Amino acid sequence: MSESSHESSRRQPTLLKKTPTGIDGLDQLLLGGLPTGRPALICGSAGCGKTLVGMTFLVNGATMFGEHGVFMSFEEREAELSANVASLGYDVEGLVAAKKLVIDHVRIERAEIEESGEYDLEGLFVRLGHAIDTVGAKRVVLDTIEAVFSGLTDSALLRAELRRLFTWLKDRGVTAIITGERGDGQLTRYGIEEYVSDCVILLDNRVADQVTTRRLRVVKYRGSAHGTNEYPFLIDEEGVSVLPITSVGLAHATYDETVPTGVPGLDAMLGRGGYFRGSSVLITGLAGTGKSTFGAAFADAACRRGKRCLIFAFEESPDQVMRNMRSVGIDLKQHFEAGLLHFEAARPSLYGFEMHLARMHRDIERTQPEMIVVDPISAFRGPHTEIHSTLVRLADLCKTRGITAVFTSLAAPGNVEDEAERGVSSLMDTWIGLNDVESNGERNRVLYLLKSRGMNHSNQMREYRLTANGIQLVDVYVGPDGVATGSSRLAQEARERDAERSRKQATERRRRDFHRRQQSVERQIGELRAALEAEEAELGMMISQDEARERAYGVDRDVMAETRGLRK
Amino acid sequence: MNANTQAISNATDDAELPTTGEYNLRLYVAGQTPKSLTAIANLRAICRDHLAGRCTIEVIDLLVTPQLAAGDQIVALPTLVRRLPPPLKRIIGNLSDTERVLVGLDLREKSAPKT
Repeated sequence: MSESSHESSRRQPTLLKKTPTGIDGLDQLLLGGLPTGRPALICGSAGCGKTLVGMTFLVNGATMFGEHGVFMSFEEREAELSANVASLGYDVEGLVAAKKLVIDHVRIERAEIEESGEYDLEGLFVRLGHAIDTVGAKRVVLDTIEAVFSGLTDSALLRAELRRLFTWLKDRGVTAIITGERGDGQLTRYGIEEYVSDCVILLDNRVADQVTTRRLRVVKYRGSAHGTNEYPFLIDEEGVSVLPITSVGLAHATYDETVPTGVPGLDAMLGRGGYFRGSSVLITGLAGTGKSTFGAAFADAACRRGKRCLIFAFEESPDQVMRNMRSVGIDLKQHFEAGLLHFEAARPSLYGFEMHLARMHRDIERTQPEMIVVDPISAFRGPHTEIHSTLVRLADLCKTRGITAVFTSLAAPGNVEDEAERGVSSLMDTWIGLNDVESNGERNRVLYLLKSRGMNHSNQMREYRLTANGIQLVDVYVGPDGVATGSSRLAQEARERDAERSRKQATERRRRDFHRRQQSVERQIGELRAALEAEEAELGMMISQDEARERAYGVDRDVMAETRGLRK
Repeated sequence: MNANTQAISNATDDAELPTTGEYNLRLYVAGQTPKSLTAIANLRAICRDHLAGRCTIEVIDLLVTPQLAAGDQIVALPTLVRRLPPPLKRIIGNLSDTERVLVGLDLREKSAPKT
């Protein structure tokens, strides 16, 4: 009983030794497992899974921890039991044949038994002891020991014997699970919780709005801390798993790296080239705005980079999703066949929210994706608080694992920022709104970023088209009259082209005018200059004539003076 | 083990009388507790008084052969099992209440007064 019970998170050796159950989540809840060498009580009403939890404990013990087990059944026969748990994938018969497990069916038929004088339950002890010795069992399940009360009459004696049995189990050092049927006002019908009080786990199967949710609660765990809330748990073809959502704090690691959205224009709009890794993205939009396509584009981009991606489809089957996405040029099938892309499709009404969450948790555990797409979260119908808490926990789960999660949600027409979205939007790091803009008798799709934490994202509305090559963002016309999309954008563009052309023509005309004017002015300048030159030439001529005349006058005077004899 | 060892050996206890084997009774006990010894003594007395020459008694000590407990669906001890004639009957206790033993062995109507 000692070698397998270990608790990595505990340092002090004096603390209680624990035996892991091997049930996903339950061991975390119990901080390691059930108390080693002590009996634990699992109680609950009919059909809540006591027997399966007990059997899982033994099968996991034998297959995962090398601890053999004894299943003492007071209700079901060996064959029934192994057939019932075969649906969970447990090969009980194989374990029995390999001497790792003993199943002992104890049948107590009141009608066959006559009581005469004193007796005790030593026979049970002998059988149990023999079974334990046969396989060297460390684990024992007694399912449901209270059956002795209906088979035998002396309840005072039976109580004393049960008390002795539990003490005896402790002395044998086996870790035991005792199951008990839920009673009125107490945990078990015959109050055996009085005797098995080291660890008490309550299973519950509640129906709300016609949807059943299994829940588990650790009522008490002597000598150990434990999770105290009610946790959803799941029984399906892959066994039992409990979903403890204990990360109350916001201590998850953050990543600076981004992952592409799969839509090139959107990457640019986000300012950082994509969503932050580990962030939660909400894509809300009206019907037909391509929410799923955005999700698929994201998944496609992830798979192209060789990352594992998980799509939770709540409205379409995997084949349908793949076919539809092919029409917009997104080939998911190749990724699906390459094993990178996984689908989990389920009707949202199939389980309660808690069960969905538990299933998703398990699927995430199993496939270990780096990206998930939940399409859509609006498929869940029910009380707001429940949907909200489910999504909170799912987003939380992804954050703690660094999984980038894209959630799509259908918005009601005319009310994109619906009440439900507002409830979850605070959880989301990035919120992309898809909308229909109706004008001039057509609808056009636009997207905008309502928020994107930690990114200098665009505040612009962008028109996008779903084309055969995927989603393409189109440059929108943003003018004084608002955003123009679709044909009005085209018209606007045509108008702009016209205007530009006429602007160009006007410029050309003016250039020609100028040229002409320039030429005429230059011609005028030439004429003026020619006139000036002519004048200048005339002036020069006049000056030289004057000089010639002056000179002629001078000569004439000399001649006259000589003539008058004034000069010699 | 003491002088009574032979009394609770797993052998057929047919030393006293030759029997027809009409009644095949098996008494399961665990060790030599006072309860066991009382049961054995009571069973012998009942056989002598009511089934003389008609029964075989087997006493099985489960401390010696615990593997036999599951086969006959033994829970309480001591248990007396009527293997023959069918149907199988079980009587638990130290057999001190002779009337109820006789009812259990179908030797007396259930409605018969007990005292």
